[in-house]
Amino acid sequence: MEAIDTITAEKATPAKKAVTLSGSQAVLEALIAEGVDTIFGYPGGAIMPIYDALYDYHDKLKHILVRHEQGGIHAGQGYARSSGKVGVVFATSGPGATNLVTGLADAQIDSTPLVCITGQVFAHLLGTDAFQETDVINITTPVTKWNYQVTDATELPTVLAKAFYIARSGRPGPVLIDITKNAQLQKFEYAGYEKCDHIRSYRPKPIVRKEYVEEAAKLINAAEKPFVLFGQGVILGNAEDEFRAFIEKSGIPAAWTILGLSALPTDHPLNVGMLGMHGNYGPNVLTNDCDVLIAIGMRFDDRVTGRLDKYAKQAKVIHLDIDPAEIDKNVKATVGVWGDCKETLPMLTKLVEAKKHTQWLERFKNYQQEENKEVIDHELNPGSGEMTMGEVMKHLNELTQGDAIIVTDVGQHQMVGCRYAKFNQTRSNITSGGLGTMGFALPAAIGAKFGALDRTVVAIIGDGGVQMTIQELGTIMQTELDVKILILNNEFLGMVRQWQQLFHDKRYSFVDIASPDYVTVAKGYGIAGQKVTDRQNLREALATMLNHQGSYLLEVMVGKENNVFPMVPQGCSVSEIRLK
Amino acid sequence: MNKQEFTITVYTENRIGLVSRIAIMFSRRKINIESLNTSPSEIEGIHRFTIVIEETEEVVRKLVRQVEKQVEVLKAYYNTNDEIVWQEMALYKVSTDEIAEKIKVERLLHKYGARAILIRKDYTIFETSGHREEIDKLVKVLEPCGLIEFVRSGRVAIIKGSDSFHAKIKAFEKSEPGETVVENEFLDKQDEVFSM
Repeated sequence: MEAIDTITAEKATPAKKAVTLSGSQAVLEALIAEGVDTIFGYPGGAIMPIYDALYDYHDKLKHILVRHEQGGIHAGQGYARSSGKVGVVFATSGPGATNLVTGLADAQIDSTPLVCITGQVFAHLLGTDAFQETDVINITTPVTKWNYQVTDATELPTVLAKAFYIARSGRPGPVLIDITKNAQLQKFEYAGYEKCDHIRSYRPKPIVRKEYVEEAAKLINAAEKPFVLFGQGVILGNAEDEFRAFIEKSGIPAAWTILGLSALPTDHPLNVGMLGMHGNYGPNVLTNDCDVLIAIGMRFDDRVTGRLDKYAKQAKVIHLDIDPAEIDKNVKATVGVWGDCKETLPMLTKLVEAKKHTQWLERFKNYQQEENKEVIDHELNPGSGEMTMGEVMKHLNELTQGDAIIVTDVGQHQMVGCRYAKFNQTRSNITSGGLGTMGFALPAAIGAKFGALDRTVVAIIGDGGVQMTIQELGTIMQTELDVKILILNNEFLGMVRQWQQLFHDKRYSFVDIASPDYVTVAKGYGIAGQKVTDRQNLREALATMLNHQGSYLLEVMVGKENNVFPMVPQGCSVSEIRLK
Repeated sequence: MNKQEFTITVYTENRIGLVSRIAIMFSRRKINIESLNTSPSEIEGIHRFTIVIEETEEVVRKLVRQVEKQVEVLKAYYNTNDEIVWQEMALYKVSTDEIAEKIKVERLLHKYGARAILIRKDYTIFETSGHREEIDKLVKVLEPCGLIEFVRSGRVAIIKGSDSFHAKIKAFEKSEPGETVVENEFLDKQDEVFSM
């Protein structure tokens, strides 16, 4: 009972008459009170009491049995990203919990709200090397926003309320609650659930200081060549409309990071494309030409900035972020506006002058034309020869009209997918941006579908990544879910091969990866599919996939040694971007 | 930018695992902790960490922001040595016979500001506090005189410019955060360390 100080102190006086519940029941009551409808999980010894309680709650809580805990947490991430709600994941102690680590790290770096609940051995066995005991709290500390071990059931309602509050507030992130088996079994007087809305040591949202917004507006109003970079902060803050109002009034061209993608429709006239290593030509070159750089909800990742000491040195930088630790972390801000962009953007919009930067925007268009000529036209319409990933995307766009959720894995297809996918609405692009987790897409697509059941979900995956979490086909089979799986097979670990070609004298070291017959594998799981090797069948096959009732796997054989361009080579400035 | 000694002061909840959560933020960046002291503050339930590292100001500034971002950290500050008053405490165990033979104990006590806290037939324990160099000097003197055991504490430090700091920390005891607790102080100039 020691060390629960503030939790018990914060506990509200019971308003309702207390009822006797087990710790496990209290966990499920908390989930229901938090509006959770879907759980991704995998049972095991130390979490059995919770699964036992779940048996009686199956009409209120949908539990998706995954095939591996990593699949479970990526599904939770996909669910959170498509729905905007907190993803919930169950796993048992020991290996169950350690299998969550990659997903936690991914969710931490990509700010995805998750509550993971792990079972733990009985409290009296902690530290005894008991069966399936691991020090989950210490293993997960660097990859969680918050974690906590519960050994006494009376703590559960307040701890879970804190967990949900921390996961979704401020800059969201993953929270892990480790519950010992005795606490799950323990009966206690349950006085009801109260949501948490404040923790004294935690400041998710600052009071926005007007003078910084005013200073930012002054810089923007004086700018001749202002340029907006936007990231996932716009989506996480539900500030898509506010963002649009801001750029439309100020007339400023806007480019996105891959996590900001889909916050602004692809065909918006001010959407000038993608930033970073494989981003568009104009946004990269003109980063080093603009006079005011306005970064909104993004963190200047090295894949976006290239060489930092040659990044936008000529520009005054305005950085809007909810996380004060991001301001000045990589790029020094002339004006930092700490706050939720849902609040700061309207304040800024009010103060900026209505403008149209026609000439400046024209320069982005000129670069776009050059990129079209040098790269894109061929990528999208190769005409003859091997199929390209770009032409697959072109047909997919035409067929989905930009209404699908596109989930990508990691590698060349991810860059091509993000570059060319068309989006009409927000929360439509789901990818592992910061951590670059191969194997992310298939389980994340499952979660994304559960988070947005009325939408088409297409998982685009390479032949490397799909083999990392292919077992989740079993989850699709059992849940009879409708997920479209598009494997772009170049018979290589393509991105590594591209680097080996460009920077290691074509020494192709262990990138030559064999694939199973995916269509047969899918068939084994009761999932329909086909393989396309000829251009003439491509479009029809994509249409078949999209029109199919239920899940479908389509494997497209694409050029073995195609490269993704443009490219900012590592160690180079963004304006040194190569078109070939 | 040159590396120099910084003292980081962190106020946290008293919670299992926080030492580890904070310590790994240093080790992740390959920063060696020279000294770490953690103990209850004057406010119940709030602990105060004093961490000494040698780093550049830029690295320390970014690190302290990351530390403060942790859910259970209330506040974190960093200071150079000229901004703080600090002390370490040390205990020295020496052979009573040898020391009586070789040194004028009274003079020793006076010169190094030490005091004897236990005198037995077989050994004597001295205590002193001061900066590292002062403590080290006394070790040097006692070493030839039958030093049996030596221990020094981590640094504790008081920040010179901390106006009404106690009152501000007290504000965290309230259940609702006051306006000063949530303001945008990060983006202020760093000279007023204690704006909260």
